[in-house]
Amino acid sequence: MKTFKLGGIHPAENKMAASQPIEEFPLPKQGIIPVSQHLGAPAKVLVKRGDQVKTGQLVAETAGFISANVHSPYTGKVKKIDHVIDASGYRHQAIIIDVAENEEWEEGIDTSGDIIRQVTAEPNEITEKMKAKGIVGLGGATFPSHVKLMVPEGKKVEYLIINGVECEPYLTNDHRLMLEKAEEMMIGVSILMKGLGVNKAIIGIENNKMDAVEKLQSLVKDFDGISVEPLKVKYPQGGEKQLIKALINREVPSGKLPLEVGCVVNNVATAYAVYEAVQKNKPLIDRIVTVTGKSLKKTANLKVRIGTKFSELVEYVGGLPEDTGKIVAGGPMTGKAITSLDVPVIKGTAGILIMNKKEARQAEPRTCIRCAKCTEVCPQGLEPFLLHQFGELQKPEDAEVNGIMDCIECGSCNYTCPSNRPLLEYIRYGKAQTNEMIRNRKQK
Amino acid sequence: MNQVIISAVISLGAIGGAAAIILYFVAQKFKVIEDPRIDEVDEILPAANCGGCGYAGCRAFAEAIVKTGDLDNLYCPVGGNEMMKQIAPIIGVEAKEKEPEVAVVRCNGTRQYAPEKVEYDGPQSCAFAHSLFAGKSGCPNGCLGLDDCVESCDFDAMYMDEETGLPVIIEDNCVACGACVDTCPRDIIELRPKGKKDKRVFISCVNTEKGAVSRKHCSVSCIGCGQCVTACPFDAISMENNLAYIHPEKCKLCRLCVPICPTNAIVEANFPEMSDKLIEKAKENYTKQKEKKKGAGKAGEEKAKAKKATSTDKKTSASSEKKTQDKSISTSDAEKKEPRNDSEQTSKQKDKSSPDNPENK
Repeated sequence: MKTFKLGGIHPAENKMAASQPIEEFPLPKQGIIPVSQHLGAPAKVLVKRGDQVKTGQLVAETAGFISANVHSPYTGKVKKIDHVIDASGYRHQAIIIDVAENEEWEEGIDTSGDIIRQVTAEPNEITEKMKAKGIVGLGGATFPSHVKLMVPEGKKVEYLIINGVECEPYLTNDHRLMLEKAEEMMIGVSILMKGLGVNKAIIGIENNKMDAVEKLQSLVKDFDGISVEPLKVKYPQGGEKQLIKALINREVPSGKLPLEVGCVVNNVATAYAVYEAVQKNKPLIDRIVTVTGKSLKKTANLKVRIGTKFSELVEYVGGLPEDTGKIVAGGPMTGKAITSLDVPVIKGTAGILIMNKKEARQAEPRTCIRCAKCTEVCPQGLEPFLLHQFGELQKPEDAEVNGIMDCIECGSCNYTCPSNRPLLEYIRYGKAQTNEMIRNRKQK
Repeated sequence: MNQVIISAVISLGAIGGAAAIILYFVAQKFKVIEDPRIDEVDEILPAANCGGCGYAGCRAFAEAIVKTGDLDNLYCPVGGNEMMKQIAPIIGVEAKEKEPEVAVVRCNGTRQYAPEKVEYDGPQSCAFAHSLFAGKSGCPNGCLGLDDCVESCDFDAMYMDEETGLPVIIEDNCVACGACVDTCPRDIIELRPKGKKDKRVFISCVNTEKGAVSRKHCSVSCIGCGQCVTACPFDAISMENNLAYIHPEKCKLCRLCVPICPTNAIVEANFPEMSDKLIEKAKENYTKQKEKKKGAGKAGEEKAKAKKATSTDKKTSASSEKKTQDKSISTSDAEKKEPRNDSEQTSKQKDKSSPDNPENK
């Protein structure tokens, strides 16, 4: 079975929610829709206070090449446009909507459960539609997906790679999606293939989800060019570069995009969102969120509208347990601890993880003993201990030379460090500094 | 045996002599003529190598002084005016008097006023924490309390008060080198003129959020109500982004703004206890200034201000009464924080007394 060669770790999987079917989460009373839910420029608000909005209505439009539309997930009245606390505790612009009782969908959106198999849209139509419906990469980076379909001249795409790896511990949202919405997702993949003009697509799935592999393999015969590949479990296989290496044994050069080696990578959830956008005209207004944790009464995979507060989801699974130590938006490896439960679900929220005190406990960092374990596990072949030092000492020039910008922030180094050093934290900090330095240099 | 020693001494002596002659001529040929004044200046400089002057060290600063030959933009905060006066004759210019400065921490978000809402167990560095989240109290501008400034200080002029969670500046040790100012990722520390007899009045807050929002994390934040701007008879206070700023060059240290502030965000250092008379005077001055400034304003604004005036007057009187009771003298920044312990109570009372707080809009 295939996997990537360099580095990698095996954290405890803890996928407790894997057997929980996807449940539709009821509409909240009030929705908070941040205008910056994607990578790139924040969207420009189109509505004003007191406006009536329908479900699926465009409420903020793209502002720049790398940016995405934002649609209202609710029918109701715009209460205000304000700055609300996001997961980091800082304030960002958001549209706050009071949700009306009766839901009214924007015209042209197909809300029925019928599966439309025939793909009639032309490639450019597909790109346009993805742009219009605000589709972004749902794997976590929330990169606007239509940009990925715009292949620059001179580049040729051979493979479409679909990421169903879900190597992040605890999270099961992609797994459930592949099981329950398999056909829709497969249609989504063929739409993406048509949009890109490729005839080969590979879906990579780790072998701890063999049920999903079997399910998709049974559907493969109906779709030309799509193959399903089980992969040996190893974190961070879900990283774009690692997945390409594992599936087609090509290495993305430093600082380049997967396009360089003839690949475009998309997440399974993105493929499903593309299906809904192109076939059903439905904008990206909901997503599947895993709510999980060892101390919770139950775990769940919920289909949640964007803008629902975390607190409501936590309430749904029985409230915060007493021994809560940390609440993380996303998975334990790449997610971010949040400071308040009043944070809304956004397009990139794959899960809410409630860690108990024992799990959340952070051991006291000790001196680096130069054991090189971090170097051994780094899937990008970097030297995390060195980059950590450059970050801490604020030396972006040295960090750049040592490849800090190639770090995919998977956290393998942190996981493995016997001295409990905050390696990734400082690498991230160093990355931000280096980024700024590069930007300044370009401006000159 | 003797012969061997004699010949060794002679030959070594000859080699040494020859080498000395060669070296002498080489040294003459490749002589680097350095301005002797550099050494003279370097001698006087404090040799702290703190970088407070903007140069890499004292030697570099001495070179810069001699090279440019004027002291307009060059100043050593460590040595101060007296030392600059000694340097000036060496390069033959007049030394410019500069008011001595001291670093002040413009945040009063102690654990009491700005309660911690979250725990933070990441790397203990302000620079890093700033890039990660808003802070334990939720204030996006307030002190993170992770010691970066204390570590940056070369003069033992700072320490972290464990009780308040805020850094404290020991004024006697502070040389205003600005290392902490550069280190603070939130620009909380500022260099301000020491003032007459070390007295200073400044706004101890850098929060630019709206009043209603900032009050949620901190009870002593500047809410941008503008009452101090109105109260100041010398136009020394300006308001930008919901944040007042006292311009030290204009401030006459009259303290008339201090009792007016509804959140006690204005801090006075090294002043004697505020007398009832002064508080009374401040109140009167506020009404007077408002009348005066209202007269200059438009008719439409007048109405709005009149409304505000009624409610704010009540409040200021309430707060000042309370203050007189337990305000005590503070001699250092460390103690400065204590006399305000009573003020939270006061501000709470005020909120109750006027639910339609005009500046919280």
